[in-house]
Amino acid sequence: MAEMTYREALNRALDEEMARDDRVFLIGEEVGEYDGAYKVSRGLLSKYGPKRVRDTPISELGFTGLGVGAAIAGLRPVVEWMTHNFALLALDQVVNNAAKLRQMSGGQLSVPIVFRGPNGPAEFLAAQHSQALGSYWMHVPGLKVVAPATPADAYGLLKSAIRNDNPVVMLEAELMYAWKGEVSEQEFLVPIGKARIAREGVDVTLITYSKPIRVVEEAADRLAEKGVQAEVIDLRSLRPLDEETIVNSVRKTGRCVVVDEAWPLASPGATIAHLVDSRCFDVLDAPVELVSGEDVPMPYNHTLELAAQPSVEKVIAAVAKVLYREDV
Amino acid sequence: MKAEFAHYKKEELMRMLTIMQTIRTFEEKAGMMYGLRKIGGFCHLYTGQEAVAAGAISSLDLSKDYVVTAYRDHGHALACGMDPKKAMAELFGKVTGCSHGKGGSMHLFDVEHHFFGGNGIVGAQIPVAAGVAFAQQYQGSDGVTLCFFGDGAFHQGAVHETFNLGKIWDLPIVFIIENNQWGMGTNWKKVSAVDDFSVTAGAYGMKGSSCNGLDVLDVRATIEKAVAEARLGRPSLVEARTYRYKGHSMSDPQKYRTREEIDEYRKRDAIQSFRSRLSEEKILSEEEWSALTQRINTQIEEAVAFAEESPEPALSELYTDIYA
Repeated sequence: MAEMTYREALNRALDEEMARDDRVFLIGEEVGEYDGAYKVSRGLLSKYGPKRVRDTPISELGFTGLGVGAAIAGLRPVVEWMTHNFALLALDQVVNNAAKLRQMSGGQLSVPIVFRGPNGPAEFLAAQHSQALGSYWMHVPGLKVVAPATPADAYGLLKSAIRNDNPVVMLEAELMYAWKGEVSEQEFLVPIGKARIAREGVDVTLITYSKPIRVVEEAADRLAEKGVQAEVIDLRSLRPLDEETIVNSVRKTGRCVVVDEAWPLASPGATIAHLVDSRCFDVLDAPVELVSGEDVPMPYNHTLELAAQPSVEKVIAAVAKVLYREDV
Repeated sequence: MKAEFAHYKKEELMRMLTIMQTIRTFEEKAGMMYGLRKIGGFCHLYTGQEAVAAGAISSLDLSKDYVVTAYRDHGHALACGMDPKKAMAELFGKVTGCSHGKGGSMHLFDVEHHFFGGNGIVGAQIPVAAGVAFAQQYQGSDGVTLCFFGDGAFHQGAVHETFNLGKIWDLPIVFIIENNQWGMGTNWKKVSAVDDFSVTAGAYGMKGSSCNGLDVLDVRATIEKAVAEARLGRPSLVEARTYRYKGHSMSDPQKYRTREEIDEYRKRDAIQSFRSRLSEEKILSEEEWSALTQRINTQIEEAVAFAEESPEPALSELYTDIYA
């Protein structure tokens, strides 16, 4: 095992897949000479050259659509969005083309493409640069959506995404790029659609994905000090969703809190809470709680922006509610 | 014999005429079938514009070249060689259609004949077409991609982003504006900053040219030149000035234009004028024309019969063809 950052893990996955398959290329703003806006593609231009590491103009709609065209014509593009906020300019190409071309062509075309970049709030970036937009992609049949929360999963899921014959959207996060974790030196893949039980427990199931994993793990530590054994599920994939891992856990604990930094309406968290309600109603000892981002555009002020996001305190309060206990 | 005729063998001239007449016959039949409610939803007919698809696509080598277009796509699909049976069955929503009845009129695809659709969002096919050209360049092919779009699409941001990408990366692509003069019910002159789209190519360092979209040989000659340039990594823009006879779609009452305007263009009909010129040049006899139209009529009748007799997709088809 080697310790590496999330950023390095993504870089290693890109490097290995580009070495393995000539059809794989990286395209996006600042991916080449700048080494990536967040340095994910560091060194790849000098290793693979400008044909395969392609700096683009600031044209999200154009280069995302170009990626889709290259995919249907036999290549395997990795499209880097500087952030998912900017991907809104390319929403049409993802929703109307990448997700639809196979079905509209009666299975004649396949669209093996990865769209990836940071999603969700970082710090001090205000309303237009701090949005958790997973539901935009999770909503759409024809797409797959992955959201790794550890360096090992970032590595293994990016490799799986590149090898997948479907469009895969990957949610990363600015603040996660420096996170460190153990990653096997042996090559491995992480399957799309399989959740990870990050911590075993029997009293309550905490379900999350992506960056809030750290908030949830800290909450679980504090709950353990109070004698509450929380099970933590890191979904890793939002589409397809690993319903069995979710259901099996809630069947064991009988209580569930979903933690999602997205806004609460029509969100991944709301969908998962509904899923648990409908599939585990007979075993639930309390209604499912959702800890989401506040239903507001993100403010710049740091105190306010922290208040807008899931926190350890909010998670513990939700757990106290589903346990009907005031002493946690 | 006039020079433009002498340039092509009779076989090639007849091929262009055949493509145009096949499209016309197919579209007139599709319009009738729509009236009989055999076809539903949005159905955008290509009648009037046949010379553009026929002239442009006949200049390609579809063993290596590709075609991408928008939702008025029947003509391009047929010009690429799609079997009219598969096209008509798709319009009927039958499982034997090219897209198993899931695409319909706007989403015809024929990968075998390098026809990549069939896109229903105005202008959205243009970056995709550039991606196909990107792949051709990346793979070291000397193939080109023809990207068709209308005067309405011209004002989408996707067009201008793609012109820029095409030029900076020397993509083997020809952007073809089929200016049929009406973006749905809006005349192009009302919404365009220029009265000649081809001049905008200069803003992106590309060559721009124009052709008479009602003259198949003018289209052919112009696109041939543009394709030759594209094979050398020089993308360009071609405006083909044309006209659609029918409404934007079948549900369009066409209150925005006059009967006289349509009649004026019908007098300059691309098929009839090409046929007359071929007759004058003694290339096409009355007997040959009659035999040609009969053969095409039969082919399209057979396509309708095939579509009629084909089964509906099974309900289980709802869940197929979504993921690879």
